[in-house]
Formats: sequence, C-alpha cells, structure tokens
Amino acid sequence: MKDVNGVELTIFIVFFAAVTVVGFAAARWRRGQTIMHLDEWGLGGRSFGTFITWFLLGGDLYSAYTFIAVPSAVFAGGAMGFWSVPYGAIAYPIVFLIGPRLWSVAQRHGYVTAADFVRGRYGSRSLGLAIALTGILAMMPYIALQLVGIQAVLTVMGVSGSGWAKDLPLFIAFALLAAYTYTSGLRAPALISFVKDALIYIVIIVAIVYIPTKLGGWDGIFDKSAAALAKPNPATGKPAGSLFTSDMTHWAYGTLALGSSLALFIYPHSVTGALAAGRRDVIRRNAALLPAYSLLLGLLALLGYMALAHPGVVAAVKHAGNPQLAVPELFDQVFPDWFAGVAFAAIGVGALVPAAIMSIAASNLFTRNVYTSFIRPDATPEEETRVSQLVSLLVKLGALVFVLGFDKSLAINLQLLGGIWVVQTFPAIGIGLYTRWLDRWGLLAGWAAGMAYGTYTAYDQASPTQSHFGSPLADIPFVGHTGYIALTAFVLNMVVAVVVTLVVRALKVPAGRDETSAGDYTADAGDRLAAPEDPAGELTGQSA
Amino acid sequence: MSETSPAPASPAQQPPPGPSPARKVVAGVLLVAPFAVYLAVPTYAKDGPHVAGFPFFYWWQLLWVVLTAVCIGGAHLLTRKRGAAK
Repeated sequence: MKDVNGVELTIFIVFFAAVTVVGFAAARWRRGQTIMHLDEWGLGGRSFGTFITWFLLGGDLYSAYTFIAVPSAVFAGGAMGFWSVPYGAIAYPIVFLIGPRLWSVAQRHGYVTAADFVRGRYGSRSLGLAIALTGILAMMPYIALQLVGIQAVLTVMGVSGSGWAKDLPLFIAFALLAAYTYTSGLRAPALISFVKDALIYIVIIVAIVYIPTKLGGWDGIFDKSAAALAKPNPATGKPAGSLFTSDMTHWAYGTLALGSSLALFIYPHSVTGALAAGRRDVIRRNAALLPAYSLLLGLLALLGYMALAHPGVVAAVKHAGNPQLAVPELFDQVFPDWFAGVAFAAIGVGALVPAAIMSIAASNLFTRNVYTSFIRPDATPEEETRVSQLVSLLVKLGALVFVLGFDKSLAINLQLLGGIWVVQTFPAIGIGLYTRWLDRWGLLAGWAAGMAYGTYTAYDQASPTQSHFGSPLADIPFVGHTGYIALTAFVLNMVVAVVVTLVVRALKVPAGRDETSAGDYTADAGDRLAAPEDPAGELTGQSA
Repeated sequence: MSETSPAPASPAQQPPPGPSPARKVVAGVLLVAPFAVYLAVPTYAKDGPHVAGFPFFYWWQLLWVVLTAVCIGGAHLLTRKRGAAK
C-alpha cells in the first residue's frame, strides 16, 4: 500500500519495548509472599489504592474501543456514534451502586470472580457456571477488538504484507503480551496503565488543541462533517448520518447507552480491576473519578469529525475501505512523524493493557468456576494459579482466531456483541447484590432466554457488508422502534426470571443456601472472614 | 445486621450508624438524574445554541459527563460512613 514510515515505527517500537520491560519487571512491584496464588497473580494482591485503581480501571475500561472503534463510528455515522458518551456517564451511577457491595462481599468471602459471588449467593454451581461461561464468551470479541486497534495502527505505519507476513507483527506483540501476563499477572497491566494513560492524555490534549487550528476551528469541523455526512452513500442511496439523532434513531441512541451501561461493570475485566482494590472506599471514590476518562472518550469521539473534515484522511480511508483507520490516518497526516509515532504507541499500548486484564479475567473465571468448581474441587492455590496462567494463553489464542476469522468493518459491533451477552448476567450479579428475591432457577431460565434471544437476533441482522451479526440493533417487539438487542434481551430475561421464580416458589422448590449475610455487603478491609489481609500474615489457601 | 461470623479483629467493631433516610433520598435523586438527562434524547438532539463552535447536542452531553461525576461525588459524600473518611 505504502512505504513503512521509519520514524513512526521506530518510536512505536521503542515504546513497545519499554512497556514490555515494565511488564516483566511488574512481577517484583508490591510483591506479596508468592505470586502463585490467585489473589496475587489474578488480583495483584488485592491492595490497590484510589490512585492505582483509577489508572488500572481507566486503562481497563478505555481501550482500543475508545481510541479506534468509537471515533470510527462517529466518522462513519455521525451522531449515532456518539452514544458512547452517555454510556460512559450513566454507567458510573451503576458502578457506585453495585461496585462497593461486590467488592465487600468478595473481600469477605475471598471471591475472585463475579461468578464466585453468584455461586455463593445462590448456592448454585450451575448458575455460577452459566455466569462464568458468559463472561469468557463475552471477553473474546472484546479482546479481538483490541487486536483490531493494533492492526489499524500497524497498517497506517505501512507495516503490511501478504499472507503470514501481514499478521506477523501482531503475533509478536501478542506473544510478548502473553509472556509478561503469564509471569506478572495483574501487576503487569496495572503498572503499564500508568505509561498508557500518560501517553493517551498527552496525545488527546495535543490533538484537541492543535488539530482544530489546522481545520478551521470547531465551527469548520462540524460544518464540513455535516456536509460530508449528508452526501448519499452510493451503496444505499441514503445519507451516511447526520450531526444529530433523529426520530428514527433516538431509541437506538438511548438503548445503546443504557444497555451498555448495565454491562460496563459486570464485564469480567471490570470486576477483576475492581476486586484488586484494597478498600471499599476506593471503589466509591473511583465511581466519581472515572468519568474523567469518559470526557476524554467524548473528545476522542470528536476526532471522528476531525477526520471527516480532513479531505486527505477521507480519501485514504476510502482507498483502504476500512473506517477503523480514520484516527490513525488523521494522526499520520496532521502530526509530525515523531509525534504520530507517540500517538500510535499510545493506541497500541492502550490496546495491550485491557487485553491483558481481559485475558486474566477470563482465565480466573475458567479456573474458579469451571476447573475448581467442577473438575478439581480440592485444587491448591498454586494449582489454581498455574491453570489460570495457562488459560490466559489459550484465551489470547481464541481472540486471535476471532480477529482473523470475523468481519472487522465496524469493530464497535464486536464490543456490542459482547455486551448483548454480558448484560444477561446482570440479574444474577447486579440485582443479586441487593436482593435474593429472584430464585436461582428463575435466574438460570431468564439467562437462557436472554442469551438465546440475543444471540439469535444478533445473528439475524444483515448489513451491506455481511449477512450475519451485521448490527447490534433490531426492532424492539411491541415498541415499534429500533433498539439495542442487549436491552430487549435483558427485559425478556427479567420477565422470565420473575415468572419462573413465582412458579418455583409455588412449587416449594428448595432455594439453595446463601453463604453471605447482610453485613457482608458493607464490610471493609480487615473484616475478611479468615483475615489473611494482614500483609505480614500467611496467605492461606482458603477457598470460599 | 445479622453478623453471623465471629467478630473481626479490627478496631472498627461497632458498625458506624448509617446515613439518615433524607440523605439517602437525596443521594438517590443525584444518582438517577443523569439517566433522566441522557435518556431524554429528543430534548438535546438539536443544533443550537452553540458554545465555542460546538452544537448543543455535543456540549450538552460533554457537560453532563462532568455533572454526572459531581452527582456521584455528592452521593458518595452524603452516604459516607462516619469514621471512614480517610
């Protein structure tokens, strides 16, 4: 396509190498007595304060999704792509409501995953298994999205070839990631997230201040974007989008925001980041502090318009036929080479941190809720950690398959597909943190109904570029509008859960044992049952 | 309130009194407000008034990201356990 840009690539590689060193060195950072315990490898010692947790969760929740997928959605569709801003805001009241309770009960009982909590709360291994498998499944497209981000940056730097050579740099980046995740566990992404967030904040502030001066100010950017969006698409004959949502899209906009906000904090990687906190207050404070990243997300989304207002970027994206390239192309064409290199490094590292946490989260789920729960109930902490380490490698391999095998024309759909699945675990996790009124069989039936409906409906959506999984939106039955499938499936899930609960109650089916008590949900550090919290004390391999 | 477990060996044995109902109600309103604002999509899907070149649709939503953070911060302060303010 074009020649490799030496300056950009050199800077990119230097940052990547530095981050790799940090990743391996992280094994020694705040080291506990042993790394061979899931509390250490999988949760970084459960000791992070407000500051580290802010960086860790920020680095975790704001990923290639933010830097690549959201701006490219705005670039391609205008206002409809901006729904992630309300999503990024209203997710946090939900975090504030469920995060501290989940942290407390997990601290109290030594839970490592949300599925651990569900199993303990409802006395049901199968419900725990359903939650765990959903989480693992939802992680795959989300990790794949991170790979798409790295690929976009590599493409714009001119690193391309054919066949195997084309994907080789991606494999190398992922092999390094897999290696230091294996050795350092959650400490690696926690430490790297400082580098990542510093880079991102610098790049975005420069972009927001500098690029508008080159494009005739914000007025000019919005005017040119409006004109570009109004042009009819040759394929469909309709305009690509507009600067504002219309009567046709208000519902889609709102449901995408609401459905995604329900998902945000019950994603396995969010839970992993949150449970690594050392005190309950850390989560409460972070619910108020993390929206700072959402503001950043909003500004990044506007980069989509900057790209749209820049004729050179529009031409390059059209030539490549890949809207994911919008932001990298913009940086490439507007910034001097050395700073574009820094920006690309920011995006690349920004994709690695969440990919690492996601693979740790998925492997914790497998270990705790499949392996220990069903295969080896008496597994020692060392054995659990070894299994988690191995599975973290497999998960990355799975994501590679996802990224090489699926259509990537609009990467945001990968994340939205994961959202459809993960929202179906909200009744068991989010509602279960407040009340145990819903029965375990009701929750299981609701989950099954939501998963089946959501998956089938998503599969059934065609788009101009693909015949299945073409869109996360579908008609909402009885409402007559188009909305996010996740939310429709969630409503179905709740209805089924309530109905089955009433039936099961009437039949007097045993409800299972709840191993948690009311006080567990407000407990703080130091209130842990077996109290291995004291750093001088010995880590007991207690399994709750 | 049903602490069935043996008392933890930490100094914070007596659970501090929870926030008053009034405080909880105000905190609840603060937490619901962002939903009301953002889900009323038609109310902000418009061009004017502009601020610094931004159409209303954009600056209004960005402004509310900040206000959402303020709401949550307020709810946090209102419902904080006494004695846990470190």
